[in-house]
Amino acid sequence: MLKILKYSIYDLLRSRWSYVYFLFYLLLGFVLLFLNNDVNKAVITLMNVIIVLTPLIGTIFGIMYFYNSKEFTELLLAQPIKRSNIFMGQYVGISLSLTLSLVLGLGIPFIVYGLFRSAAIFDFTLLLVVASFLNFIFVALAYNIALSTENKIKGFGYAILMWLFLAVVYDGLFLISLIAFNDYPLGKFSLIATMFNPIDLSRILILLKLDFSALLGYTGAVFKEFFGTAFGMVMSMLVLSLWVILPVLNINRKLRKKDF
Amino acid sequence: MKHLFIVLILTSFISHATIIDVCATCEVKKIGDATLIAKDGDIIRVQQGVYYETEIQISHAIQVIGINNPIIDAQGKQKSVFACKANGFTISGFTIRNIGLSHTKETAGIYVTKSRNFRLKKNTFINVYGGFVIQRSTYGVITENKISGTAKNETKAGNGIHLYRCKNMRIEKNETIGMRDGIYLEYVEKSSISNNINDNNIRYGLHFMFSDNNEFHHNQFKDNGSGCAVMYSDHINMHHNSFRDNWGMASYGLLLKEINDSVIESNLFEKNTVGINIDSCNRNKYKNNHLNSNGWAIKFQGAATYNFFEFNNFINNSFDLSFKSSLKNNIFEANHWSEYSGYDLDKDGIGDVPHRPLKLFSVVTTHTPDSVILLRSLFVDIINFSEQVSPIFTPENLIDTKPIIKVIDARY
Repeated sequence: MLKILKYSIYDLLRSRWSYVYFLFYLLLGFVLLFLNNDVNKAVITLMNVIIVLTPLIGTIFGIMYFYNSKEFTELLLAQPIKRSNIFMGQYVGISLSLTLSLVLGLGIPFIVYGLFRSAAIFDFTLLLVVASFLNFIFVALAYNIALSTENKIKGFGYAILMWLFLAVVYDGLFLISLIAFNDYPLGKFSLIATMFNPIDLSRILILLKLDFSALLGYTGAVFKEFFGTAFGMVMSMLVLSLWVILPVLNINRKLRKKDF
Repeated sequence: MKHLFIVLILTSFISHATIIDVCATCEVKKIGDATLIAKDGDIIRVQQGVYYETEIQISHAIQVIGINNPIIDAQGKQKSVFACKANGFTISGFTIRNIGLSHTKETAGIYVTKSRNFRLKKNTFINVYGGFVIQRSTYGVITENKISGTAKNETKAGNGIHLYRCKNMRIEKNETIGMRDGIYLEYVEKSSISNNINDNNIRYGLHFMFSDNNEFHHNQFKDNGSGCAVMYSDHINMHHNSFRDNWGMASYGLLLKEINDSVIESNLFEKNTVGINIDSCNRNKYKNNHLNSNGWAIKFQGAATYNFFEFNNFINNSFDLSFKSSLKNNIFEANHWSEYSGYDLDKDGIGDVPHRPLKLFSVVTTHTPDSVILLRSLFVDIINFSEQVSPIFTPENLIDTKPIIKVIDARY
């Protein structure tokens, strides 16, 4: 598996897209910090970009890589290597290279602008951790979709739909249910509802760290009580990990049955 | 001419004030004894030292002056240190400490009733239940006092400066820290409150009730439990105050409740959960205020009519505006909005497209407070954008027709 991982990382590092992605974040970081010198504020703006863009890029990259390297993968499958090793190697390879682009691309400008001297370092670290999680989660989900659809166009469509659902539609449904059940205490419900969407969970996690809880009213109090404690933090990291582990397990399950 | 001169000298000799010294080795050892023997116009000089006294009566026009900051310790008794009822007296230069907490009696460092023309200056209060309580008095000046408490909860704390039914008072350059209310005015008229610093009080930095025709300016209110409350008053003039860091579940910079015909001008509201909370206020003018980085810059609760907002800055607030009921006849004109997305082709500094300060999401959150949880999600940005393009849910007449492009720098 490590060998496959190594080769897929080499492959990706040679590809133009990793550099484009890296340069995009580098530019974004520098422009943001150039426009306002405040590292704290830049973290908030960055959050807006990251929670939407990272999942999208992760999804598209994952699905593209799977379909593009399909022939090579089939060649590998003919060799005496375990199926799961091949695909896990590829999966970890993509996720790692994306994460690398992100961490380096954002890390460099923030360090240049004095991240270590500012109090925002923890918020920034949390942002990077959450973004990395989102990478791993959405590449895994994209692989799930790719494995279950042979048709390239269909696969692409489903993947975009999946992103659209989690990034936009889910929140719409969430809002509708909040309005519909306005008369009931909704603190616990919202807490659970956010757990079921990694994008929402990441957003809330970062917002609460930036002390937005006072704005969130009663529900905010419930959230603060939960996420503010070490238990809540561990819990939400656990849920994010589950969001990685479950799709990965599903990939392996599918692999065993799939006829290539 | 010569005679007149002699007469003048003689009269000044006769009416010359006696000076009574108080110290541990003096003839008079207690401040309370000195104030009893003093006549109108006398001066009591209290030398350095610690005096264990309470209920020092002041009933004549005398000056009680602490030299080198003498300390009066109430030893935790539930009694006021100075009890004053006189015209034309002065108390200055004391440190008053350790007044006990009482639920049945109103105690304070300096307690003034039915007095005129008095001056309370440069006193320091440490660990007192209340700093000043002043009732039914006129023409008093309270300046340069420092009041600090260690209040933990509202029921076990008193107020820094508490005025009740007073008129023509001046409260200047005082510091109140860690009390229940920093400054509390009830039924106070024609008074001015300026240059005070009110930080970390557990309830309000400034609390106004039924007090008309007052002016407060250049005060600082920072990190108070719930900010400042100005209630049930008319003709208030507030300008150049700063309201900062009042951040918490039920905090606001300035709470206005039933305030009419007032002017709120050139104030700074920064990092408050709610910048200005407006509840049933009519015919007020809000001009040149700077509202930066608040949760809600302005929140309307209940009916408010004929309020006029001009030359205000709205910068980086999570919500610029929110309101519950109809917002008739409230005018926003020529403000700067950091959220403004229009353009200025003729370069006259005024945006060519009107700005709609009310976001759809802001309307949604007023009806369903729980939905704030979706703040800063993509879905919310999308619905806000579509509403901005073609307003359906937000009132069409709520617009700023002359949004100013650049930040209005100065607070005049």
